[in-house]
Amino acid sequence: MMDTLTAPSLDPATVRADFPILSRQVNGHPMVYLDSGNTSQKPQPVLDAVAEHYARHNANVSRSVHTVGTEATEAYEGARAKLARFIGAPGPDQVVFTKNSTEAINLVAYAFLAASVGGGDPRFRLGPGDQVVISEMEHHSNIVPWQLLCERTGATLRWFGITDDGRLDLSDLDTLVDERTKLVSYVHMSNILGTINPTEPVLARAREVGALVLLDCSQSVPHAPMDVTALGADFIAFTGHKMCGPTGIGALWGRGEVLAAMPPFLGGGSMIETVTMEKTTYAAPPTRFEAGTPPIAQAVGLGAAVDYLSGVDMRAVRAHEQQLTGYALDALQTVPDLRIFGPATTEARGGIISFALAGIHPHDVGQVLDGQGIEVRVGHHCARPVCARFGVASTTRASFYLYNTTAEVDALVRGLEQVRKVFG
Amino acid sequence: MQLDGLYQEIILDHWKHPRGRGLREPYGAESHQVNPTCGDEVTLRVALAGQTVADISYEGLGCSISQASASVLHELLTGRPLPEAIAVHAAFAELMGGRGQVEPDEKRLGDAVAFAGVALYPARIKCALLAWAAFRDAVARAGTVEAGGT
Repeated sequence: MMDTLTAPSLDPATVRADFPILSRQVNGHPMVYLDSGNTSQKPQPVLDAVAEHYARHNANVSRSVHTVGTEATEAYEGARAKLARFIGAPGPDQVVFTKNSTEAINLVAYAFLAASVGGGDPRFRLGPGDQVVISEMEHHSNIVPWQLLCERTGATLRWFGITDDGRLDLSDLDTLVDERTKLVSYVHMSNILGTINPTEPVLARAREVGALVLLDCSQSVPHAPMDVTALGADFIAFTGHKMCGPTGIGALWGRGEVLAAMPPFLGGGSMIETVTMEKTTYAAPPTRFEAGTPPIAQAVGLGAAVDYLSGVDMRAVRAHEQQLTGYALDALQTVPDLRIFGPATTEARGGIISFALAGIHPHDVGQVLDGQGIEVRVGHHCARPVCARFGVASTTRASFYLYNTTAEVDALVRGLEQVRKVFG
Repeated sequence: MQLDGLYQEIILDHWKHPRGRGLREPYGAESHQVNPTCGDEVTLRVALAGQTVADISYEGLGCSISQASASVLHELLTGRPLPEAIAVHAAFAELMGGRGQVEPDEKRLGDAVAFAGVALYPARIKCALLAWAAFRDAVARAGTVEAGGT
């Protein structure tokens, strides 16, 4: 993810022209959208693909012999294939559509629960004495499902800490991840600190002890090239709306053999092989995990989003954001009484910067910035343990994407001066 | 949008110079309220002397709106007969829920009319109401405690 020396470049002005919303005004100012870590904006080709699907190809998928149904099925499965290529998966069957990252993570958690209660592949069976390892850096969506799972199975939840400079503390890796560990689930890039976490040592240790590894890639897949084959994890979870796609569509990628060993999640239409009144047999992955009519237009929109991002080139996206992050780290350090949470340099760091202005609450910071058209997120960012780790209740967060510019970083810095004036 | 409508001088003054802040004894009941979206919190104590609000003391962590609101609440309701304080609470809640359509009753609300602009910012209404929710809850508890004690 780090090699930007040979990366192609992108022209933000050209990119911006593709996003209609970026030309709007907010409170009488040109909108400065610095909240893509929350949800990204959508380019015209994505808007068109969704509209075109409903206007021309709308039918249910996987069950129609008629022409329109076939078109819809091809579009839906085509989107899956595009997504598989985008993340370097060996095949589309390893990509399960979910509604978001949260559902993708819960799908895995429920596979563990089902196997623990009903018997199944021993890798998924949890009981007292077994462990799930997460980290203090997680979004609540990668904490709560595991707390619930451990409460329900009697397993123990443990976690990596965070160092003072916002890195994952892996100093106790060998003791934390031991023979009793069945799963390690942690965040690839922090949604609050911007930290990009190492994978090799954790994966190596997990292999040693026979634990599965899930990476929450909600913030990494949208912002840098991803090759799951090279990565070597067992699962990754990510969501469409943070990568120029619609809301309501996300994905779980899993190694084929691992997905095949997992019991179903939601029961219903589409996920079956044969149903009798007594018993049902289940379809192979990914269909096994996609009960009911899926978000078809949303999948099509996500397919268009990855086409768009591939067209720009993910290496260029990463390089642009890294450059912008470096510029922003420098610029923000000129603001008096401003404290940045997370790594101070762009090394192993993505385009998310959380900060505090001494004595001024993030709600007030965000409100005054909004008055100038600058849209940032304030609060605990669904990562309260990270806030607690750094002794604050909440932070202000600016997050960048391929369409952001250094001029927008300058606007943020000017906006913060205004904040200091109002509350000085 | 005019932010001046939100951050009135009165609000900023109460934020910078909070009145009656700090938790005090004795008190009849205490309430702890949290805004789960931002993690802001307030702990508020009510001391009743018969049917009079003898003291409202509080501690909190939060934005200027939530902290100023607690300060205004203290100033406005301390020393008041309880039914009157509850009526002020109702008027303030109505103002906050009124999407800017409710004409504030200045006589009843005093400095709290400064929060009229907050009603136009749905994301901030909860901030303004945090201490007031704690007050209502504490009064209800104090009633129970006293009723239980007699």
